[in-house]
Amino acid sequence: MKPVNVKEVKAFLKVLALSVPLLMNAGTTAFAATGHAGEAEMHGTPAVIEEAAVAHGEGDAHGAEGEHSDKPGDVIMHHILDSNVYAFEPFGEVHLPKIVVGGYDISITKHVVIMWIAAAIVLLVFASVGGTYRKMTAKNAPKGLANAMEALVDFIRLDVAKSNIGPGFEKFLPYLLTVFFFILLCNLLGLVPYGATPTGNINVTLTLAVFTFFITQTASLKAHGLKGYLAHLTAGTHWSLWIIMIPIEIIGLFTKPFALTVRLFANMTAGHIVILSLIFISFILKSYVVAVAVSVPFSIFIYLLEIFVSFLQAFIFTMLSALFIGLATVHDGHDEHEAGVAHH
Amino acid sequence: MLTSGVILLSGGLLSPNPGLIFWTAVTFVLVLLILKKLAWGPIISALEERENGIQSAIDRAHNAKDEAESILRKNREMLAKADAEAERIIREGKDFGEKLRAEMSEKAQAEAKKIITSAKEEIEQEKRRALDVLRNEVADLAVMGAEKIIKTSLDADMQKRIVDSMIQDLSSKRN
Repeated sequence: MKPVNVKEVKAFLKVLALSVPLLMNAGTTAFAATGHAGEAEMHGTPAVIEEAAVAHGEGDAHGAEGEHSDKPGDVIMHHILDSNVYAFEPFGEVHLPKIVVGGYDISITKHVVIMWIAAAIVLLVFASVGGTYRKMTAKNAPKGLANAMEALVDFIRLDVAKSNIGPGFEKFLPYLLTVFFFILLCNLLGLVPYGATPTGNINVTLTLAVFTFFITQTASLKAHGLKGYLAHLTAGTHWSLWIIMIPIEIIGLFTKPFALTVRLFANMTAGHIVILSLIFISFILKSYVVAVAVSVPFSIFIYLLEIFVSFLQAFIFTMLSALFIGLATVHDGHDEHEAGVAHH
Repeated sequence: MLTSGVILLSGGLLSPNPGLIFWTAVTFVLVLLILKKLAWGPIISALEERENGIQSAIDRAHNAKDEAESILRKNREMLAKADAEAERIIREGKDFGEKLRAEMSEKAQAEAKKIITSAKEEIEQEKRRALDVLRNEVADLAVMGAEKIIKTSLDADMQKRIVDSMIQDLSSKRN
């Protein structure tokens, strides 16, 4: 008797779960159709769908700059782009100070704030971990936070820095570690509520890549001297080929930081655009079924993927920085290594 | 979706922002400098120290093992040598004992033989002396008997009695 009852209840619940969203969906569609009937006359049917979607989207995803976004694209862009206003919807917004020095606008923006939060978290974590290590002797085993961070630090130290740069890697270790944890925190802060992704802004990634570029070139100059550095630019070819080789090598110098810039920026931006687009599908199609079956599961999946990508991109930026430094300091096997890098 | 793609290209996604570049550079350099002083130094030196510690511990363990092995080998050699020595000593002792025993028994035999010969000689001498004494006695008796016979007459019965009594005397004396 009992199992049959349970089965019946389950079946009933299944039907209910399927039918209720459909019923509600029908209601909203009817409402949207009546509410925008006038506009529909002017814009034609596709516009109805879009307008209605925005009418729903505005509630939780609308920008805070005062002007009203009209399309999902604008809302998405608003989330991704930097701004002078930090919005905590629906609680309000904070207008960030605008600073102009010598004609340059260096005002504090949303991404600057998030970057500072990331920097503060990194500083706090590693100040405490560093304090632990300062107190510790070689005989103590690390535990807790220090142990967790040690795994990452040791990974960067041995698998990224030592294996790519080789002897003398200790000099570059502070830069590589800082860049890894800074990018990681910036990436992850884009995934918390009210967060943003500074590394999804090309200005930030460009600055970080320029740091790598300068460090690479300085390391190369130090390792080979000025003469060796210039000889490097000719790629060891005959002088008659220099007219071709030198421009190519110089372009090659700049493609590396450019690749770093675009890789990090595009990866972080793309994930956010995908998540927001998936959510907007349900608003555009005005369907609860789509929301339950497509938008939510897929955006959760992309969100989890983004957590992985945050670590991966921080690692790749660090890895490639180490690789470029290693290539710049060691002359042998230059071309083979570079060919391998191109596939990343 | 197409509209968002269009906005992506036309929007401010790739627009430069000197303020953000400036703040990124400042923030990053500050974080780098502070962390270098506060965290990376101690952490990396601790890691290196530990690595060196582990390496030296491994080296020490290897050395200790080698040393223990050499000591063991030496001990085994010494033990084998001691065994051989002990065996040699036992064998020598046995040989010596054997020899001593043989010598002793030989000596004892010789001694015994000597004692026996000397005893035999003494017995012989003693026997000879006893015989001499007996002979003298018999001669004396014969002379005494003859004297008696001569003293009394030459009576046959008498003579016979005399001889008998003499023999009886002799036999009682002998006992």
